[in-house]
Amino acid sequence: MERNQRLEMKGISKSFHGIPANQDISFCIESGEILGLLGENGAGKTTLMNILYGLYQPDAGEIRINGTPVRIHNPVESIFHGIGMVHQHFMLIQNHSVLENIALSYKDTPFFFPKLKIREKIETFSKSFDFNMDLTKKIWQLSAGEQQRVEIIKALLNGADLLILDEPTSVLTPQEIKELISILKGMKAKGHMIIFISHKLDEIMDICDRVLVLQKGRIAGSALTRDTDKTSLARMMVGRDVVFNIKREKIERGRQILSVEHLDVMGDKGIPALKDISFDVFENEIFGVAGVSGNGQRELAEAVTGIRAVKSGKIRINDQDITNTSPRHIYDLGVSHVPEERIRFGIAPGLFLYDNAILKQHHLKKFSQRYFLKYKEVKHHTKTLMNDFNVSAHSINSQIRNLSGGNIQKLILGREISEKPQLLVASHPTYGLDVGATEFMRNHLLMLRKTGSAVLLFSEDLEEIFELCDRIAVIFDGEFMAILDSDDQRLCDIGLMMAGSERI
Amino acid sequence: MMNLIVTDRYDISAVRSFMTNLLSLASGLFMIGLVFLFLGVNPFYAIFKIFSGSFGSFYGFKETLTKAIPLILIGSGLTLAFRAKFWNIGAEGQLLMGAIFASWTGLFLGNDLPSYIIVPLMFFSGFIGGALWGIIPAILKIRFSINEVISTLMLNYICADFLTMLIVGPWKGSTRFGFPGTDNLPDAAILGIIPGSRIHYATFILSILCAIILCIVIYKTRFGYEARVVGENPDAGRYAGIDFLKTTLILMIISGGLAGLAGVGEVAGIHHYLGYPAAVSSGYGFTAIIVAWLAKLNPLLTLISGIFFAGILVGGDAIQISLGLPAATVNIVNGILLICLIMGDYFLRNKIRLQLSK
Repeated sequence: MERNQRLEMKGISKSFHGIPANQDISFCIESGEILGLLGENGAGKTTLMNILYGLYQPDAGEIRINGTPVRIHNPVESIFHGIGMVHQHFMLIQNHSVLENIALSYKDTPFFFPKLKIREKIETFSKSFDFNMDLTKKIWQLSAGEQQRVEIIKALLNGADLLILDEPTSVLTPQEIKELISILKGMKAKGHMIIFISHKLDEIMDICDRVLVLQKGRIAGSALTRDTDKTSLARMMVGRDVVFNIKREKIERGRQILSVEHLDVMGDKGIPALKDISFDVFENEIFGVAGVSGNGQRELAEAVTGIRAVKSGKIRINDQDITNTSPRHIYDLGVSHVPEERIRFGIAPGLFLYDNAILKQHHLKKFSQRYFLKYKEVKHHTKTLMNDFNVSAHSINSQIRNLSGGNIQKLILGREISEKPQLLVASHPTYGLDVGATEFMRNHLLMLRKTGSAVLLFSEDLEEIFELCDRIAVIFDGEFMAILDSDDQRLCDIGLMMAGSERI
Repeated sequence: MMNLIVTDRYDISAVRSFMTNLLSLASGLFMIGLVFLFLGVNPFYAIFKIFSGSFGSFYGFKETLTKAIPLILIGSGLTLAFRAKFWNIGAEGQLLMGAIFASWTGLFLGNDLPSYIIVPLMFFSGFIGGALWGIIPAILKIRFSINEVISTLMLNYICADFLTMLIVGPWKGSTRFGFPGTDNLPDAAILGIIPGSRIHYATFILSILCAIILCIVIYKTRFGYEARVVGENPDAGRYAGIDFLKTTLILMIISGGLAGLAGVGEVAGIHHYLGYPAAVSSGYGFTAIIVAWLAKLNPLLTLISGIFFAGILVGGDAIQISLGLPAATVNIVNGILLICLIMGDYFLRNKIRLQLSK
């Protein structure tokens, strides 16, 4: 079969439930080129690549390979066309060896004795790319970097001329990143095409020949890396020159509520998620953490609320040490939490609305008496909560899974702030809400600030961060790149800081 | 090409839930009818015989109530465990352990103590026995992430063999003429029965009380609330600061303990001595799983589903005698009904449409 030497996507559009994820996107890539795909989360990078890989069908537009239009209905067809994809989460079988995993996906693996014939092939193959792999090792014994290499070998063995890498560095250590880059450069020299998805500017500038910047589903710009610089890429990615638009009234901040010192926390994959983070949050203050998600925000929120263990460092509430104490103890000291994945953490879907309205609070005197819950009070409280926070539902006796996402969100926010917390940890509180609900939510956060609470706000929405926060920290790769007052002019470079290219 | 489109169903009304259950039972009976057909028996007659044998006569109904006692006790305990998604398949072993503990109390203390002390003591020790056997898998699961389905199931066999060892060895009775089994319990340790039946009334009352109390525990107490949250969404439980170990331990103490009480009833109310495991329990621990499921995990409804399945057990005995069918037939009946109920649940939770496309 002819090699895939030039791939073109023309006028690709795709929407989900009427919400556009990709709008009229066109680009092309040629043999021996590394194309960077840059954008914030939700900008449409993954959707675009899934279309290319055959997981989604575009609503409009076409894909051309070597100038001929093709339709790719599923991943098998995309492999046939020489397209390979390395997903962010590896598709490997943990208890099988490297060899077995590769044999499993290889298209010419014989049915009987699958491992015999293919071993030699893999060995010569990995030598030519300088992969040092022990084929007999089990996947679970490998580091993330090695697992990624197995994925790359899988794709290349199947004849991939175009390799798509989705956020490939997010799970790697710095040393592994270096190795990955040299592998990619070797592939480039052999005439492969690579699409490299990332939100990290330094890597994009380092690896790619050309960059395509996506923003809210559209192409915000494209440039050759040698002709551009990080600042202009950051501007394109964020999509606006930062406008200062502060409607908050000025309030003097009060005493210190939260203090975090030299915090180190491990992520789910066992690599450090937070490195030596220190900051304080005060009464009458909204402290914003800006950044592309996945840079340690979730781990920070979980560490402060006691869900995640702290490796080293100290967290204090009102001068009381709460490091590695229980979530309930921390809640009782006045720390509320609107979690990031609300459906996953915030509710018990099959229980009634009123059951969910007191999750975390059911042990309070108000709602329980010795061993019993005071359901009369609980139901009354639920009704007030629904009135105050505009939660619309059929009845308080309905299962909460029947409510819309927005209503669930409002209920959770209401539940978390109705107890007048000293500190509210809010992760993306307006994510997925319509305009009205967003405004409602933001006003409530400002109200909390006015009444003397401290708010630790995580958001990807810069407008929200600038509108609400008194101070802003920019997080990248588990570190704060800066902690600045929100009227500090240096925040013009927030895009650079979010992409890890500038530290103040 | 035909495609089945499966989507979540959000609005599950009580009527739909009831009708789905009814339909599941009906389709179960239909399949059971097929089994009878293969066995060369008129299916209508056989099914009629099952229900007339258990509910059709006063004698049959008394037998049904007798067998309902352990089913309600165990079944209501299982509703609690299943609500917290702790799949306790080990009620059979917990029942046997309860029987062993109660027998020890009865055999070795019963001669010296009056009935009003020894009987409560036996219930107490039976509860402890079942609870101890129940908390082992709870600790294994929470501390060492060992799947509770496997551990509870395997503990059944360990307990059954332990019991066998006791009755052929150290506890073998001198009055059994060399057959395995303990001596009869002393008179003070034997439960009173309703005259003219085999219904041991202390356990009978206890089973009704347990179903009611557990209903209150699940729906009205903090503990029940926490167990339901943990079962619905463990991540939310973690977020809400619920102590998993404590919750799981308590619910397995209750679930195992109630199975232990059922064991006390069987030994002290029916058999009056400790015999082979299969004789002590006849699979109540497994049948109770279906009882809990048919009750939609509502302890109060186990009063109904427990009696229903007790009826099938009794009716199974009836057709064994009158139609000459093998004893395993009743297990087939139970198994088919459980599968149908679980499948019915799937259709209740999901909307399924057939889509025709090119």
